[in-house]
Amino acid sequence: MDKIIIELIVRNHPGVMSQITGLFSRRAFNLEGILCAALTGTKESRMFLLVTKDERLPQILKQLEKLYDVLCVTTHIGEEYLFYHELQSLWQRVEAAGPGINSAESA
Amino acid sequence: MKMTGAEIIVKCLERLGVTTITGIPGGSNLPMYDALYHSTIRHILARHEQGAGFIAQGIARSTGKPAVCLATSGPGATNLITAIADARLDSVPLIAITGQVPLPMIGTDAFQEVDMHGLTIPITKHTFLVRNAGDIAETICEAFYIAASGRPGPVVIDVPKDIQNEAVDIETWPEVKPLSLEAEPSEADIRRIAEMIHSAERPLLYIGGGIISSHAAPLIEALSAKNSIPVTSTLMGLGAYPPESPLYLGMLGMHGELSTNMIIDEADLLLAFGVRFDDRATGRVEEFSRHASIIHVDIDHSEIDKIKQSNVSLIADIGEVLKKLLPRVKESSREEWRARIHTLQRQYPPEDTDAYNPLHPLRFIRTLGNNAPPGTFVTTDVGQHQMWTAQSYTFRKPGTFLTSGGLGTMGFGLPAAIGAALANPEDTVICISGDGSILMNIQELATLADYGLNVKLFIMNNNHLGLVRQQQELFYGGHLYASSFITTPDFAALGRGFGIRSRTLDRGTCTGEMLREILHSPGPCLIEVPVDADLNVMPMVPPGKSNREMIGGRTNG
Repeated sequence: MDKIIIELIVRNHPGVMSQITGLFSRRAFNLEGILCAALTGTKESRMFLLVTKDERLPQILKQLEKLYDVLCVTTHIGEEYLFYHELQSLWQRVEAAGPGINSAESA
Repeated sequence: MKMTGAEIIVKCLERLGVTTITGIPGGSNLPMYDALYHSTIRHILARHEQGAGFIAQGIARSTGKPAVCLATSGPGATNLITAIADARLDSVPLIAITGQVPLPMIGTDAFQEVDMHGLTIPITKHTFLVRNAGDIAETICEAFYIAASGRPGPVVIDVPKDIQNEAVDIETWPEVKPLSLEAEPSEADIRRIAEMIHSAERPLLYIGGGIISSHAAPLIEALSAKNSIPVTSTLMGLGAYPPESPLYLGMLGMHGELSTNMIIDEADLLLAFGVRFDDRATGRVEEFSRHASIIHVDIDHSEIDKIKQSNVSLIADIGEVLKKLLPRVKESSREEWRARIHTLQRQYPPEDTDAYNPLHPLRFIRTLGNNAPPGTFVTTDVGQHQMWTAQSYTFRKPGTFLTSGGLGTMGFGLPAAIGAALANPEDTVICISGDGSILMNIQELATLADYGLNVKLFIMNNNHLGLVRQQQELFYGGHLYASSFITTPDFAALGRGFGIRSRTLDRGTCTGEMLREILHSPGPCLIEVPVDADLNVMPMVPPGKSNREMIGGRTNG
């Protein structure tokens, strides 16, 4: 597996997503998938980023840690992670689904 | 107590010890200006928001403390962008507070609406869009903390007009968190660095702006003296090491000394302290310091191994590291290494500026430095005059050289000089500019005249975008295009038009005494210095080449 999942806990406010995606584009890092949800009962969100594992990964992680709204950065390579299989299968289904597909077909 | 958002902003600034701010009022920040009407804070009205941004930078760079600029929404805010980006690249604690259209109108393409929050994400340390008046006090305190802590940088606070007008109850005022040390260097790390210094035969200190922001200049001097380690500085580090020291090698890199670049190539240990391996310093990075082990100390962990892999790295305040390192480092005279350096310096001697005519920029700027009062601040714009200043002005005090190093912004010099003069009324401020750069923020001559500040503006006039002309001559087959001005204003007349004492120097008649008289007279003045158009900044590392491949340097034997 040449992919890695980066898990972020971020302050939940409008604009935080563009801070993350903006960082990836201006540092010329590839970002292949994003999944984000607000954490119930908090002012925080959890965000999963799917990225290719390459030699620049440490620099990506350092840059993410520097962002004020990013509270926690962890990486998941191994299958022991709780959401690993769900996330992988979700991303694979999204990748495999063609354009214009409706919810019934993709289910 | 009920206060409006705007009143809370101003009160917070007062509580944070801000005494001078700069900006331009407009529709969306008028509530803040109304609050300032009742405040003791001195407001400096600039003539363009970019000028305000660089005036605040001049205050911040010359004091090391956060400084504030204000602008209205839309064009006022976008005019600040260059000054904010500049502050980011040179790690300057700049706080920009911008007005925004009322919250309900955001996203409607309202008059003078621009997404300042979105625009400034990539160029700030952090950017806030305030959505509740109740959050303002905490946001301002947090912004000051972010700007000054760790590696300093700019912070934007965008405040919608209705939030500025909204009255809220405020009972207690938040305090700014004390600046804490990011990470304590461990004893083991310090011991390891000391051991590497002791076992090295040809160590070299490569220092930069981090030494100045950490106030670590005396410690660097002590370390270098104790173990006889030669020192080279980046553009941003100039002034951090005493230039008279026999261990000082001057600036490295693209327009550094040829001998310095050759010496770095022979080092076996590079102590990279408060630097970020910028391409202007390293040249072709694979070739830079290729025989040396690297110890990299920086407060920003993302700088470690970003450009060049280090052998040992420490994420820490360089001052704290040096305090612990100094007692562990043994005295040494390093006679062999110093003899080798001496040989290389004889082989590649510096320019002999005394042989030049008095208005040759290198000789002129050297004379200027030798006649300036102690503690004089120097700002520059960007181009040939900036590099000539770096090469020939003798900087004797850390933090007195203010220049746009990372972003390289033409138009920086005059407003930055105004800011330095506002914050340091007892000192002289010299701005060395060029005929290209000065016109990019010439309107701030009016601000300078308003306050009669002690700024001496020297415009090195060669009627060209000199560094562009130089590159076209050297690397584009001599195709000089769009680098020569068709007309040049009469700068002395322009200065007088703003009410500033102005004169043009005559070729051949400029003496140190004349410059001393100019520098010691009170108030602002503008001096136009004619410069030959065909002069190049030499020596030079051609873009993309290694630092050993400098052209235009002098060689003996």
